[in-house]
Amino acid sequence: MIRLDHVTHRYDDRVVLDAVDLELSERRVAVIGANGSGKSTFARLLNGLVLPSEGTVRVDGLDTVTHGAQVRRKVGFLFTNPEAQIVMPTVGEDVAFSLRRSGLRAEQVRAKVGETLRALDLDGLQDRPSTHLSGGQKQLLALASMLVLEPDVLVCDEPTTLLDLRHSRQVHGILAALPLQLVLVTHDLDLASDSDRVLVFDEGRVVADGAPAEAIAHYRGLAR
Amino acid sequence: MSLAHASTGDSVLHRLPAGRKLVALLVAEVLVAVAVRSVTMAVAALVVTAVLWSLGRVPVRVAWTSLRLILVVAVLVGAAQWWYAGGARAFVVASQLVVAVTLAVLVTLTTRTGDLLSALDRGLQPLRRLGIDPARVSLTLALALTSVPVVSRLLGELREAARARGIRPGPVVLGVPLVVRTVQHADQLGEALAARGVDD
Repeated sequence: MIRLDHVTHRYDDRVVLDAVDLELSERRVAVIGANGSGKSTFARLLNGLVLPSEGTVRVDGLDTVTHGAQVRRKVGFLFTNPEAQIVMPTVGEDVAFSLRRSGLRAEQVRAKVGETLRALDLDGLQDRPSTHLSGGQKQLLALASMLVLEPDVLVCDEPTTLLDLRHSRQVHGILAALPLQLVLVTHDLDLASDSDRVLVFDEGRVVADGAPAEAIAHYRGLAR
Repeated sequence: MSLAHASTGDSVLHRLPAGRKLVALLVAEVLVAVAVRSVTMAVAALVVTAVLWSLGRVPVRVAWTSLRLILVVAVLVGAAQWWYAGGARAFVVASQLVVAVTLAVLVTLTTRTGDLLSALDRGLQPLRRLGIDPARVSLTLALALTSVPVVSRLLGELREAARARGIRPGPVVLGVPLVVRTVQHADQLGEALAARGVDD
């Protein structure tokens, strides 16, 4: 359960999120809104990458300010650009890198890495240089590097924006089948319509919140 | 530099433990600095280095890509030394440079970055007494290594962007944007590392 109580966030004097109160317990939550509406800041607040200027963000009761490390173990984050998330030269090494401080033995790390790569259809690419992957494969690798940590929640900030249609669908399919809570920031309204709940952001506020059909209709109204 | 070769190669050097290779490299670097003082010693050091490279079975294309820059620098340094101190001194200095750098490159090309990190983590444990986190030091070194292809890619993109606008890409045109893009990348990477809990 993610809970935001009266959360405001400012960059210098500019308010990007304004007194947001929310409770997220649904399995699939989509977040939509225009560029600059506060969606990405909202997403970053959920695992403590950004801390609120006012108010509190709690994940299963843990405050992101005082328990940042524990929150990040519970909440994974997938960025728009996979290039910036890949650290190691090969696919297998990059996934293993996430487990660096896990205290697992080398063979346990290898087993977990293999299992995660198999789940994402990347098992044949373990020794492939990460720079040689396609855009879709890079995003899957970034996803694998998060999933190997077994988070309870995955927050995705426009994970398919840079992908072609085929890879975008592949990533969608995988995200939809994940057995965890998913908070998905997206411009893709088809994808948002598959969610249990849709939040619409506008100028730092949640202006619509509910079932996909109504929330998306409200967003379309804003765009006119 | 193709760090991925370390994962795919299967030579004697690839199979050696990362820690031993790092210690051997350290000893070799000290020996090169201290003991290589004559043309004979420089030739011997170059021969040993060549033998080690052949043991590493690094593909010629990978070796050339990894070493061409240092060879150019060695020629320039050698030429300057020739001017100031004569041919023998120039040969010794250029050889020291080539041997020192190529041995370090050979270690990185025959050792998985993950193994290198683990070996550094273990080797740097004494730094804990000084209040330094060894994992952070080894991570910094690994990031420095893995950032080389990223900066190279950014440079390629900037060259293309300059050409697309009909501008001849040179150091002055590319310098500032490259620094800006590199800093942006470092920012994003820092955020991604934080998201993976690397700094917790």
